[in-house]
Amino acid sequence: MSANKKTVHMSAGQVVLSVLKYAVLIALAIVALIPFVWMISSSIKTSIEVFSVPMNWIPKEFHWENYSLIWERVPLATYFKNTAVLAIVVTFMQILTSSFAAYAFAKMQFKGRDMLFMCYIGTIAVPWQAYMVPQFIMMRSIGLYDTIWALVVLQSFTAFGVFLMRQFYLGIPNDLSEAARIDGLSEYGIWARIVLPLAKPAIATLCIFTFVNTWNDYMGPMIYLTTDTKKTIQVGLRRFIQAYSADYNLIMAASLCSLIPVSVVFLFLQRYFIEGIATTGMKG
Amino acid sequence: MTNDAATARRTMSKLERHNTLIAYSFLAPNFIGFVVFTLIPVIFSFVLAFMDWGGGENVTFVGLDNFRYIFKDFSFTRSNLGIALKNTVFYTLMTVPLTLVSAMALALVLNKAVKGANFFRAVFFFPYVASLVAICVCWNFLLMKNGPINQMLNAIGFNMTKSWTSSRDLAIWAIIIVSVWRNAGYYMVMYLAGLQGVPAELYEAATMDGANGWQKFTKVTLPMLTPTTFFCSIMMIISCFKIYDVVAIMTQGGPGRSTKMLVTYIFELSFGGEGIATSAQYGVASAVSMVLLAIVLLVTFVQFRGEKKWVNYM
Repeated sequence: MSANKKTVHMSAGQVVLSVLKYAVLIALAIVALIPFVWMISSSIKTSIEVFSVPMNWIPKEFHWENYSLIWERVPLATYFKNTAVLAIVVTFMQILTSSFAAYAFAKMQFKGRDMLFMCYIGTIAVPWQAYMVPQFIMMRSIGLYDTIWALVVLQSFTAFGVFLMRQFYLGIPNDLSEAARIDGLSEYGIWARIVLPLAKPAIATLCIFTFVNTWNDYMGPMIYLTTDTKKTIQVGLRRFIQAYSADYNLIMAASLCSLIPVSVVFLFLQRYFIEGIATTGMKG
Repeated sequence: MTNDAATARRTMSKLERHNTLIAYSFLAPNFIGFVVFTLIPVIFSFVLAFMDWGGGENVTFVGLDNFRYIFKDFSFTRSNLGIALKNTVFYTLMTVPLTLVSAMALALVLNKAVKGANFFRAVFFFPYVASLVAICVCWNFLLMKNGPINQMLNAIGFNMTKSWTSSRDLAIWAIIIVSVWRNAGYYMVMYLAGLQGVPAELYEAATMDGANGWQKFTKVTLPMLTPTTFFCSIMMIISCFKIYDVVAIMTQGGPGRSTKMLVTYIFELSFGGEGIATSAQYGVASAVSMVLLAIVLLVTFVQFRGEKKWVNYM
């Protein structure tokens, strides 16, 4: 009763405050989204109208055909396919090896565990560019240069994935695995039947992290892939931009297409995703 | 009795050894790939910094020559390393605080019970997920000579006559703006998590003591968020020192050398820049990488040393 009274009493001041709050939020949302709105608007203009001063947010005519033109100009479909294959393979490998390794770090006792874990964490601080050249030379000498496998092996075994999965596993009560151990389940059984099913949010998180990063990776494919039919979408997009630098409308249509797969994955799993980085953030 | 203990110990150590083996089997798939494709290149890179190698058959040990080469006539306005160092440090010093403040502000607003919080959270986070090339092209356009941003600035009395990315003074700011815009949502989520960890009792106690909103923020929220700030600043400083892709797509290090970063320089030395074929200087590139690595490790180390002074753990 008294709580009710309080809400009613405060609501006068709160109205002003909440209006202000939403005004700020909406303004910030506009800042976050305005480039995307501009992209959509430009993608259905003519190449001349894109540059009109002052700019029109809503095009005079809608040129939806831009979206079919782009597929004829560059082999975008091939780039999409290559990137999808790469992203799916890498994501699968990451989840498999990370969730496996993290089990040892989180749920088992063994000699040198903490030392080894510190080594893993330490390598996160080493910039990739510091060893990018030797890595390149090594890949070339074992014949993986200009193959998709170079990128697969580069991105499948990260310390980050292990770190992320471990943080989640730590939150799973040990009583569960102890009980299963007493019941005679092997460590592999505990991993597969108890820990892994409980770590679904973690898997979803790592899944998006890896998928998004692989999909958006620019430098790796640029260094390792030279054959045009093997290139990925980010490199292809860059090529498209260089070849048709005047046709901003087409560039934007192609760019927007490149956003669709990651957007779908993100929107589908965003709740898990956000919880995921939040957890690593807290425990780091 | 002693026999029993010895047997027990032996079974114990046998069990331990068995356990360790199983643990290693869990680690192996990741660990082997990790050692082969990350750790060995890291070690190799260290060795290469003392070699002269253009990618061919001839590899010669040159001692500190590569380092002498990059530090020759060192100056923040003329030598390649000096300029790259200056630009990278400037970029980091601007980007880290701007991102942290915007991220914290977003989190503070969203942490209050807001309708549609999930929606806004997704919106603020979206720039981080979107592909970099698309975003950079878009920002390149927004910051063009007659682009929307310059039009707005001109309308309120500025005199913008150049596109940002072709101006020596503004190009680096274009990179900073895109970075802050892109990363604020990511770190916002970290802060949201941090805010959830602040016990409500602290605010209640502060209210009882008659603290106003601002005092609550500076005396409760800010100190309680220091672990998050510590973690975020370490992660962000590391990633700022590694800045490359935004620069490569938006400015290619130019105009002139005004946005040349450490990694841009490493990249030019080893791959001859984008599209420009010059002979590879892997040894020199590795030497620059070592400088980068040394800086990142030093900064991280200093941050950990300072941790106790300003970070509150419960």
